[in-house]
Amino acid sequence: MTTAIRAAGLTKRYGQITAVAGLSFDVAPGRVTGFLGPNGAGKSTTMRMILGLDHPTSGAVTVHGVPYAKLKHPLRRIGALLDAKAVHGGRSARNHLLAIAQSNGIPASRVAECLELVGLTEAAKRRVGGFSLGMSQRLGIAAALLGDPEILLFDEPVNGLDPDGILWIRTLMRKLAAEGRTVFVSSHLMSEMAQTADHLIVIGRGALIADTSVEEFIGRSSQGYVKVRSPYLAEVAALLPHAERHDDHLRVAGVAPLEIGALVAQRGLALEELTFVQPTLEAAYMELTKDSLEYTS
Amino acid sequence: MIDVLRSEWTKIRSVRSTMWTLGTAGVLMLAFGALMAVVVSGQSGGMEGLEPAGMSLTGLPFASLALATLGVLVISGEYRSGAIRTTLAAVPNRLELLTAKVVVFAAVALVVSTVASFGAFFVSQAVFAREGLSVALTEPGVFRAVVGAGLYLTASGLFGLALGALIRHTPGAIVMVIALILVLPSQTAMLPGEWGPFVHEHFTSNAGMRITDVNPVGGLPPWQGFAVYLGWIAVTLVAAAVLLKKRDA
Repeated sequence: MTTAIRAAGLTKRYGQITAVAGLSFDVAPGRVTGFLGPNGAGKSTTMRMILGLDHPTSGAVTVHGVPYAKLKHPLRRIGALLDAKAVHGGRSARNHLLAIAQSNGIPASRVAECLELVGLTEAAKRRVGGFSLGMSQRLGIAAALLGDPEILLFDEPVNGLDPDGILWIRTLMRKLAAEGRTVFVSSHLMSEMAQTADHLIVIGRGALIADTSVEEFIGRSSQGYVKVRSPYLAEVAALLPHAERHDDHLRVAGVAPLEIGALVAQRGLALEELTFVQPTLEAAYMELTKDSLEYTS
Repeated sequence: MIDVLRSEWTKIRSVRSTMWTLGTAGVLMLAFGALMAVVVSGQSGGMEGLEPAGMSLTGLPFASLALATLGVLVISGEYRSGAIRTTLAAVPNRLELLTAKVVVFAAVALVVSTVASFGAFFVSQAVFAREGLSVALTEPGVFRAVVGAGLYLTASGLFGLALGALIRHTPGAIVMVIALILVLPSQTAMLPGEWGPFVHEHFTSNAGMRITDVNPVGGLPPWQGFAVYLGWIAVTLVAAAVLLKKRDA
């Protein structure tokens, strides 16, 4: 598989603070790759380095094997949405996109096409300063799509959006990947990535935690457990030497519910609850990133 | 390069601050020129030692601030909104971007400033003419001063742009440009010693305004003074370019 984006030993320090620490990963084309990590993990810094906006302290990142700054007409290769509100509020949506298109020799006709694509045709002549966050997000996506690029970068695209907007962006990202494009999307919400991503790159404190498919990611963290509640909790606990004792229940890992039930029945004890608890993506994520939260409350 | 120039042209023509600052510069030039002519020609007594051509350009220091403000906004406005990241993602060659901004701004500023300067000259001469005091463009130094006024305004705008790129912060850059071209130049007159007068003579607008002087007596010759002013701007612009290349966006 060819690589759309490759980071190699990517590191960024701001004085004493290391935002990104020796990050290496490949982003493969034709799928949605989720870039996941708690707030402050270094996701935005990494994205800015991909786009050549911030200079790495050491290491490198390339797009189609080339540093971003070496790309001629970069918007035709890679489109990005970083901060939807980072636009000059006094300009109309159309002029905002026109200036971006012109800078990369993209025909002006693409402006109308992209406005149509994101449903902003009606608002084309309005000043973007008056746009809602949802509309700004759509405008930012229109800007990313102007050059019809093979690679798309979205930094926290669903932040602050209403459910309609979230659904729209999810569907769009799936559609873009289905067209064979590379979609690299960051989020601090595991549940969001579970809905859209095929592959995950998880970082914490600027370092790589996992680079894996979504299924593998769930599998490799915790295997789930059986929750046992009983009026005779102490006696039941004595039967299950590896059980983890909680306030009003036991957690048993590595033993099937049927075995536990049989064991308890042999002693004539009654059970109140016997449930197999599936690991969730959310739980897997929390477990993996719990040591890497920048600020723990 | 032509792509980036086209893009910067779209940007500068599509925001209100361009119309406001350029409009203000034009109005200030015309209004001060006319006002000065009305006041002076209404006074009894001769016109000994007075220069009707120079007086028509009285609005220059004020109009230069309007131009400098637009110059600052051309780049610091993008930093304020964060749009600079979109711009630099589209044009990763930062020197190419800065060059395009300078070229487009200079072209726009030169046209507007030159029109405003000639406008101020003709309006004010029309007032003087009622008293028979007007001068013609063909008289010595007059044409050079009026053209020079347009050049001086354009250069002041570029000074603003260079400071905006250097400081990246709108109020900071505007305060800096006011200090450098309006406040400090007169203060340098108080500098002591041998080098005091030299610094005073070569300080930003003290040097730059020489080109707008119809009858320059002593000090730097008009074009040489303007060249010194361009030197100030060039140094600032180079510093801004070096930092723009080096800094994170």
